[in-house]
Amino acid sequence: MDFFLSRYRHLTVLLIVITAQLLLIAYQVRTNRDIPLIRVWAVTAVTPVEQGLELVRRYTWGFVEDYFVLLNVHGENVKLQRENGQLKIENNYLKNELATADRARALSVFEARSPSKTVAARVIGNGTGANSKVVFVDRGSTSGVESGMAVVTPDGIVGKVVDAYPTASLVMLITDPTFAAGVISQKNRIHGTLKGQGHGECLIDYVQNEERVDVGEWFYTSGDDRIFPKGFPVGQVAAVQNGKTFKEIYVTPSGMQGGAEEVLIVLQGVHQEVPAGELAAPGYRILPLPADAASETPQGAPQPGASATDADRLRAIYKQAGVDQKHVFGEGIPGSKPPDFTKIPSIHGTPATAGTAQPSSVPSAGAAPSVAKPVPAVPPPPATPPPSTQ
Amino acid sequence: MTEYTEHLLREAPRKDTANRFRFVWLVAIPLVAVLSQVYLPRFIPFLAYLELPLLITVHFALSHRGPIPALFYGTFIGLVQDSLSHQPIGMYGIVKTLVGYFAASVSMRFDVQNPVVTFILAFFFYFFHQFFYWVLARALLGEIITFDVQQNLIFGLLNAAVALPLFRILDKLKMAS
Repeated sequence: MDFFLSRYRHLTVLLIVITAQLLLIAYQVRTNRDIPLIRVWAVTAVTPVEQGLELVRRYTWGFVEDYFVLLNVHGENVKLQRENGQLKIENNYLKNELATADRARALSVFEARSPSKTVAARVIGNGTGANSKVVFVDRGSTSGVESGMAVVTPDGIVGKVVDAYPTASLVMLITDPTFAAGVISQKNRIHGTLKGQGHGECLIDYVQNEERVDVGEWFYTSGDDRIFPKGFPVGQVAAVQNGKTFKEIYVTPSGMQGGAEEVLIVLQGVHQEVPAGELAAPGYRILPLPADAASETPQGAPQPGASATDADRLRAIYKQAGVDQKHVFGEGIPGSKPPDFTKIPSIHGTPATAGTAQPSSVPSAGAAPSVAKPVPAVPPPPATPPPSTQ
Repeated sequence: MTEYTEHLLREAPRKDTANRFRFVWLVAIPLVAVLSQVYLPRFIPFLAYLELPLLITVHFALSHRGPIPALFYGTFIGLVQDSLSHQPIGMYGIVKTLVGYFAASVSMRFDVQNPVVTFILAFFFYFFHQFFYWVLARALLGEIITFDVQQNLIFGLLNAAVALPLFRILDKLKMAS
């Protein structure tokens, strides 16, 4: 044994280290628990440096940007002064003010209007790994952030918190290959599952090929995943094609256009209604009604308040028969004498027996051509006995 | 065997004095590498594919030539990377442990000062790193991740190209310390 250990010392150490890490992974996967100590140490050590770097960048690069913006504004002002005078300069200044209203202001407006309770956060860094799409934000558990919370912008959803540390949180973006969320289409309310693809577009899965989804259609969160409140925009359909079983719907996420720098973490989500969109057009073209068709009432068409379907007419006929024969439906013990249904008129208004009252709601014979055949539930006239009696 | 390859294989290991990094550098350099990987891609997304922690691991292993220190160094860097990701801790740890071990083993047989050898090793270990991570993610976590060979080959070449000046800078730092 000693010989083996000394002969293969390097290999033995390698195997021990690898095995220890495999056991660590197995523990995390099996118990679905993290090793918070290591992560908290690492994140707490890294995030202050990141915040410092971000601060330096904002002030240095922001200063350079402001310098060039000021140069442009100055030149523009001089030009406008020459051309249009003081009034246009003032106008331009106001327009610039309006245009430079930053996203933080938009966020605060959205935050105030949204029924969900949110907290604003700033992205301070990316997670490690080329395939993963995770970012760090500068709000953590001390701000009430917990893992599993939704992260949004006024334009749409951005991701979800996967880990919350005291000073920062790790947010999985919706483009991460392991991300999934329940979504619903605006037009036909078709449910699907949004999945990240590791690049700019996301896939919506589990939508049957028979369902109708159009390019340009909006998808919203459905609230099915219990993470994102219902009604937040997700994105517009960029491409649709039929797959083996389910459609392949690619969506351009609306919440990450131009890169999300300031985001809102939803502390307490409130479901909202998905905005009503226009109904999807049928797959075939329908001509509009003729101009005079709307004003004309077809002969035999049911009047307002009249029974609209065969079932309604039947119900009215039977009800009238009960009234005529002084029978109250729903009463009487089993075996008592039922009403004489042979004396009721047919559904099309032809009286079965003379003297039977014609219900007012029953259209006259030769009415709408759509009801050409009698409904099988209608008892036949007395002259023709029902098949069961033969 | 040509004279050139003989030269590559017979080149003596570098002097021990040159292999001494100070402890501060040993800790600071990988941390800067990991921090760069976390921070820089925010502004230049393309840099997400620059595996600086891996290149630091390879450089350490090639210059120290001791498999045990190299594998522990790889483990340390990998675990720091893991702790800043959303994957279970140990994924990058295992991969970088193996990279450190194999890079140190390889360094005993080649002249790692040679730029061509450095380029080839950096490219090989990048591809090995990505492939082995993909295998682990599928086998241990059951993740369905696609392995884009073409993309990884291209990024391997880019990382190898970055490795040449980076290793030179690190060598200078090592000399200075």
